[in-house]
Amino acid sequence: MPFRGSSSLRRHPLRCFESVVAPPLFRSSGTNRSIIRYAHSNPLNHSGDVKKIEFADIGCGFGGLLICLSTLFPQKLMIGMELRDKVTEYVKERILALRAAHPGQYQNVSVVRTNSMKYIPNYFDKGQLCKMFFLFPDPHFKEKNHRRRVISPHLLDEYAYALQVGGVIYTITDVEELGDWMKTCLENHPLFEPVTEEELKADPVVELLHSASEEGQKVARNGGQTYRAVYRIASPM
Amino acid sequence: MEEIETEEKEETQITNEGSMQERGTNGTDVEEGETMREPEETQMEERENNREMEVAPALIAVHPFDKSVAVAVGSDLRVFDLARKISISLADDSRDLLHKDCIRAVRFSGRGQLFVSAGDDKLVKIWDADTWKCLATVNSEKRVSAVSISKNELFVCFADKFGVVWAVSLDGLNKIQASCNKKAVPILAHYCSIITCLDFSPDGRFIISADRDFKIRVTVFPENPLNGAHEIQSFCLGHSEYVSSLAVVHNSDYPQGFLLSGGGDSTVRMWDINSGSLLCTCEVGTEVGLSNEPHAAVTDLCAPHGTLVAVAIQSFPGILLLGCDISAKALWVLKAVSFPGETLVPTSLGASSSAELLWTVTGVSNLPEFKASSCLSRVRVFSGFKKTDGTINSELSLLLDREVPGGEKLLEKLQGGVSSKEIEVISAAAADAVRAAMRDLLLKKQYTEERREFRKRRRNDRKLKR
Ligand SMILES: C[S@@+](CC[C@H](N)C(=O)[O-])C[C@H]1O[C@@H](n2cnc3c(N)ncnc32)[C@H](O)[C@@H]1O
Repeated sequence: MPFRGSSSLRRHPLRCFESVVAPPLFRSSGTNRSIIRYAHSNPLNHSGDVKKIEFADIGCGFGGLLICLSTLFPQKLMIGMELRDKVTEYVKERILALRAAHPGQYQNVSVVRTNSMKYIPNYFDKGQLCKMFFLFPDPHFKEKNHRRRVISPHLLDEYAYALQVGGVIYTITDVEELGDWMKTCLENHPLFEPVTEEELKADPVVELLHSASEEGQKVARNGGQTYRAVYRIASPM
Repeated sequence: MEEIETEEKEETQITNEGSMQERGTNGTDVEEGETMREPEETQMEERENNREMEVAPALIAVHPFDKSVAVAVGSDLRVFDLARKISISLADDSRDLLHKDCIRAVRFSGRGQLFVSAGDDKLVKIWDADTWKCLATVNSEKRVSAVSISKNELFVCFADKFGVVWAVSLDGLNKIQASCNKKAVPILAHYCSIITCLDFSPDGRFIISADRDFKIRVTVFPENPLNGAHEIQSFCLGHSEYVSSLAVVHNSDYPQGFLLSGGGDSTVRMWDINSGSLLCTCEVGTEVGLSNEPHAAVTDLCAPHGTLVAVAIQSFPGILLLGCDISAKALWVLKAVSFPGETLVPTSLGASSSAELLWTVTGVSNLPEFKASSCLSRVRVFSGFKKTDGTINSELSLLLDREVPGGEKLLEKLQGGVSSKEIEVISAAAADAVRAAMRDLLLKKQYTEERREFRKRRRNDRKLKR
């Protein structure tokens, strides 16, 4: 039940990975908060210890990246956050179908419909995540709209809060201007430091940035260029 | 039909989209305004442009050592010197020193040397709280919703209507020199939510910001905040409605203190500042006979000595007193004290750290029915607001006008020359306006269906022109 926000829900660890879909946000009327229970169960949970989500794919779209990560890191819990209802629903169905077709697999992945720009702190504790993904985010070209970009100097504060020391933020885009923007935001942020080229080569996830998500595949098909920025939380001095 | 703008609204906007946002690789900006437009953001812009009906509630601030009291109502800032028992005239140099639009936030610094006022005219004015000279006027890009002064009195921080918190260095503010201009830099932001209050932890390590969604953010306040305040210490999450007010309580056993917050969900909550853990929740609505949430919203908190908390509630003409036990991390309702025979609800509370007085003001700007002055403000003072052991009955009692420090002279100044008698006459009519002002201030704007449609169309038009 990875949502905190009302007193009753708040400090529950993000443990109920039974579900493929995390519960929706509470509505602002405090009276009709609902806790939704799910039927699916997660074998990873039965050991008794509480596992936390460690990967978050922000604006996960149709979920291609999550599906790849799920089998690459079968012991890690991961969640996709997506704003659009129908797309979220699609990802949910997709995960359920995969679980049905491959018993025992894909139990570690889930999706939630939420506005990540507003609700990140409701889903994650401080230092909980070890990887955050921002793949081909919406570019918002106009200067006036830059503050709506999902990577921005101020939002990076929140991502830094959710990530643990050494935790990595992966960004990629096919829009050069946005690529520059994301890199500059990360470069100028005092809590992040770049991951070196060597480390990138050794990281199996990096390849997926280009090939795993639906948007990534589209760009690759069209032979489009991509701009990548991968940073991590620097350890405090 | 009334509809509150929430996530729900956003959801419908999104489902209409059907497919993933179209985005040309050549950098054309297709459909952007429509897909990603945040309701709250739209509303903020709307508010920037369209504000005929806005009424600002009256505010009060008391000097930490009882040197003076300030009341702000509309663009009017009224100060009375309690030590010398004289009215302060802020206009003696030039009209330029004054505010030009509704004041939304006033604050003394912890040591009582400075005073800040700010609001809809996008000006942040920093005053010497002794001479009442305006030391600096800072221009904000947007209207200002909250202000605070850092514990070391080196920085003024203020929040604008777009959720950005700015810092201004007070370094080099020459108390002798005339008013100078200072530049503010953005240090942190709440994404697309109006910040309702700003405060600092008692040790000055953290700046605390609360917003109109439900969030309270605790951020490390660096030695040099002009490079930004990036390190989030905690989020205090638990309010299910907007957070309207903050107060920090501490004592010698707990010098780092605890945070109190009040909100639209009619609760007062106690938090561990370091971890953001919720320590105690005190439901206040039913205590004053208002079970209906929107009427029982907490609008202000005042807790100068950590054992008593005064709470202002949106539709309650009086004060609710809470007991507070810092070591037990507990809050509980002591009693409700109503203004006898009154319908006006307090719009703001104040108290010094030393005295045993609780100051309240009730009032609004731009009140058309009120001829004598368009700004109404009524100041009332309770005695007996003192440190208790938390169990005894607190003897809060309303002072008569002549018993108030500074007496009639003070009231005449702070009430803008209108006598308490005159105010009584119009108070029935004003009561609704006061309540409406408090509601408008905090509730997200409600739009009719037609209005929403109109806004949508307008956005589309803009898009087509390009
Ligand atoms: C261009 S798509 C990329 C999808 C996916 N990452 C991929 O690479 O295929 C951007 C996605 O981010 C989602 N999105 C945009 N803003 C969001 C927000 N504030 N919170 C969650 N998702 C968001 C959009 O709905 C959209 O599905």
